[in-house]
This record gives sequence, C-alpha cells and structure tokens, in this order.
Amino acid sequence: MRYSAFRLFAEALRGHRGWRPAWRDPEPQAEYDTLIIGGGGHGLATAHYLASRYGARSVAVLEKGWIGGGNVGRNTTIVRSNYLLDGNEPFYEHSLKLWEGLEQDLNYNAMFSQRGIINLYHSDAQRDAYIRRGNAMRLHGADAELLDAAGVRALYPWLNFDNARFPIQGGLLQRRAGTARHDAVAWGYARAADRRGVDILQNCEVTGLRIDGGRITGVDTTRGPIRARKVGVAVAGNSSRVMEMAGLRLPIESHVLQAFVTEGLKPLIDGVVTFGAGHFYISQSDKGGLVFGGDLDGYNSYAQRGNLPVPEDVIESGMAIMPAIGRARLLRMWGGVMDMSMDGSPIIDRTPIEGLYFNGGWCYGGFKATPASGLTFAHLLATDEPHPTATAFRLDRFRRGYPIDERGAGAQPNLH
Amino acid sequence: MIIHHPLLGPRDAQEFTYLGDATLIDRPDAMAEGALEAFDAYLHLRDNPAGTHRELWYHEVGDRSWLVVTRDTRTHEITQVELARDVALSKGRGR
Ligand SMILES: Cc1cc2nc3c(=O)[nH]c(=O)nc-3n(C[C@H](O)[C@H](O)[C@H](O)COP(=O)(O)OP(=O)(O)OC[C@H]3O[C@@H](n4cnc5c(N)ncnc54)[C@H](O)[C@@H]3O)c2cc1C
Repeated sequence: MRYSAFRLFAEALRGHRGWRPAWRDPEPQAEYDTLIIGGGGHGLATAHYLASRYGARSVAVLEKGWIGGGNVGRNTTIVRSNYLLDGNEPFYEHSLKLWEGLEQDLNYNAMFSQRGIINLYHSDAQRDAYIRRGNAMRLHGADAELLDAAGVRALYPWLNFDNARFPIQGGLLQRRAGTARHDAVAWGYARAADRRGVDILQNCEVTGLRIDGGRITGVDTTRGPIRARKVGVAVAGNSSRVMEMAGLRLPIESHVLQAFVTEGLKPLIDGVVTFGAGHFYISQSDKGGLVFGGDLDGYNSYAQRGNLPVPEDVIESGMAIMPAIGRARLLRMWGGVMDMSMDGSPIIDRTPIEGLYFNGGWCYGGFKATPASGLTFAHLLATDEPHPTATAFRLDRFRRGYPIDERGAGAQPNLH
Repeated sequence: MIIHHPLLGPRDAQEFTYLGDATLIDRPDAMAEGALEAFDAYLHLRDNPAGTHRELWYHEVGDRSWLVVTRDTRTHEITQVELARDVALSKGRGR
C-alpha cells in the first residue's frame, strides 16, 4: 500500500478501516542469500538498499527484540555533516544528501526537518578551529557559515551571551543539518525493505555464528538455525558480543550515553544548538519537549541506564548558555549502549572470516549516518568492494596507523 | 556509584577517572618477538564483556592511587576493589 495524501483522505472517509500492517511478520526460512544481524536503523537501511539498489532477492534482518528498540529509538536525532577529517566528511555529506531524498525514496514521513545546527564558540582559538572545520566542510560540498555574536543573537536572542567565563563570540552554522523522527526512520526502512521482499524477523536473537573452514555458513538463532552465504553484522552496542561468536576481538568498548527530555513547551528553539565550552546540545521536538544531552558516563556499560553525575554535568552546562532551561521540568531520561571505537570513527569492512562483514563503532553519532551506513554496507555486501565514500573505515586501520581521530584523543574510547 | 577504596573507604565514583580494562597493566615487552602484534592488541583490542569486568580507575581528586575495580557492566555492581600496585606486584611486575 502506497502512502499518499489521497490515500489518507480516502481512509478518512471510510473510518480508517483499510490500513494494513506496515510490514509482514514472516516465519524464518531455512536459508537466505544474505542475513543482516541487528534490526536497528543501520541493519534495516542495509536491507532496504540491498533490495532496492543492488537487486538482492533473498535477504532477512534478524532482530533480537523489536525493531527500533535499540539506539535508533533512543537517540537525540541530530543529523549533520560537520566533520573535519577526509575519511569522514565525504561519508557524512553523502549521508546528508541521502536524508534529503529519503522520504520520497521510502514513501514514508520520517519528519526530517532541516532546521540547522549551530556550534557556539567562546574563544578566539575555537573560532579559528571552526573556520578550519567550515572550510573543510565546504571543500567536500557541504554548507557552513561562520556567524559572529550578532549573527547568533539574531537567531537565538535568549542565549546567555555575557556568561562571565564562556561569553558567546559566535557560532558555526550548518543550515542543511536538522533532526528527524527516530522511530519513523526505523519503521520507514522496515516497510520499504519488506515491500521488496526482505523478511524482518523480530524476537530472533543470534546466539551463534556457524563457521566452516574460515567461511560463514549460517547462524544459530532463538528461532532456529538459518543458513546463509553472507552475513552482515550491524548490532551497535552489542558488536563485541556478536563478533566474539566468530572469535574476533574488536577495537571497541561499549559505553552508556544518556539523554533527557523536558515537559512539552511552546516553540522556543527552532534549530539545534551546541555549547562549545562544555558538552551540551539541545533541540526541541515537534511535541514541544526540549531534547538534550552531553557526555558519556565514561565507563564500560551494557546497562542502558546511567548514573546521576552526568545529568548534573549536562544540566550545569545547559544552565550556562541557556538559564531559562532551569524553569523547565524534566520529563524523562534514558540511556543507550554506544559502540565506542578507538578513534571515534566507524568501521564498515570485511572480516577475516569469509562472508562475514562488520558494521559498527558508531559511537554517539550513528543516527545521522543511517542512510549512508546502510547504502555503503549494502554496497560492500553486494560487491565485496568498499563504497567510494567509505574506504577509510577499515578494521585494520589501527594496526596500520591510520586512525580517523576527529577529537585527537588517541586510543581512549571514553574520550571520543 | 560508590567505590570502596581499600585505604580510604567508600568514595564517590566522581572522584575518579576511568582508564579501561585492567589488562592494560600487562604491557607487552617491546623487545620480544611479535611485539608489533602484541602492541596492536594491547592498545586497540578489547574483550568488552557484558558481565564481570576488571578495570582501572584513578583516584584523581583523592590519594592519586590506581585501583583495579571488579564491576558488572550490566548492573554497575562493584564486587571487588584492589590497589593496582598490589595486582601488578602479584603478577611479578616491578616499577
Ligand atoms: C542517548 C543517545 C543519543 C544519541 N544521539 C545521536 C544524535 O543526536 N545523532 C546521531 O547521529 N546519533 C546519535 N546517537 C547514536 C545513534 O543512535 C547510534 O549510533 C545508531 O542508532 C546505531 O545504529 P543502529 O540504529 O543500527 O543501532 P541499534 O538501533 O542499537 O540497532 C542494533 C540492533 O541490534 C540488535 N541486536 C543486538 N544483538 C543482537 C543479536 N545477538 N541478535 C539479533 N539482534 C541483535 C539490537 O537489539 C538492536 O536493535 C545517540 C545515541 C544515544 C544512545
């Protein structure tokens, strides 16, 4: 069933009795050509592009819980392409361009809204760093504008410009950046993939990888064994646990990241704002809640919940640039398990096991990457060649001495 | 989280900074055969278990000792805290 304004109108006239489930709930088959482990944004996007762009006919996505229950349904939905380094920026700009056509491609309203992101700067040195970043972005075809304090004031007059320690001097603005509805991204990809015959198997946890003579032959799941020629792993925070089934150790640690939302308020912030002197970022959801977050808790965790020192730190930072936030009441806070890599950049690559492919290390920035991650992973699975925009994301780059370290923090995952 | 420091008693985890897996104590021998592979694994590869994890915490705003904390990464429950010095010495490492 195609969604359209006409369809909505027609359904309204007959009491909305004609809507059908957006995807099937099939029984697992004994064998598929390609299995994708993980029904998050990346796994579902991979399946969609495999079926729609690479003509794959026999694909299943295996999800241990329900699709969208992982980080794709827990993030703060910021989509941007304001990276500095060569290995990253073309990939994220590719992703942003895919976002711009995503809803037409999927025939699904993901509420992608290009409301702009502004990264505030508070010192001369930081301004210089942002000029450099903005130039790097523009060299790769992305948009970037440097604003002075008056320029920022015109957008957000209520920011605390005269903070004694961190006065706001200006900001780097990317107008094409924005936010999307996270659940709708998972659902839209799931529906589009399902319509092309991809089986989405929920409550189907992979418990073992079947490897014979260095080749993948299938997987064991809680819904029985499934044979396959190729297996792609896209399980975000659980990357180390799944790859351990193939005897591989990864350059990844799992850490918890928290996020927060206030009660619904009248429209206040129409874009995304980030604080440059601490770690705090904020936007407003279409329901009116202020959605914000900051740093990792900083220690290995699979708990999907964090501790209180981080909320204190995040809210202190928020108060520093936006004192008005002190009047809002917090509605909810939650955590997700991040696959923090050793350089803060992702991995999309083959593995030493033939037919086994890995996609992970997304840290806290994988939502924006969803379309390009899916497309480039599908490209790798279908052709055995890396996609031109994802050639740097190799598994062996650490051993070879080619990390992609935006933060410059070294092999210390909790600092990226 | 409260970390029960072996010398100072219960301390708030905020007084500490976190380094990572306690296997970082086992620094490879740079002169040994296969040192390149050993250092790659030491620097970059982690077990990253969901469950019991032995890890290094530094008492930065306290007595500046390094601790080995045994903690469950699924629940954050801490079951053992040792001085990293004692752990290193018991493995036969000097300074
Ligand atoms: C609080 C928070 C804020 C964030 N904010 C942003 C942001 O503003 N912008 C941004 O770009 N990114 C953000 N991120 C990061 C982003 O959400 C992730 O990088 C991205 O969602 C990860 O990819 P995914 O969607 O495929 O992961 P997930 O949705 O986690 O998908 C992985 C799936 O694999 C499944 N799985 C695991 N093990 C198995 C198994 N053995 N068998 C079968 N299935 C399995 C899991 O159940 C899960 O559904 C944020 C994350 C968090 C937690």
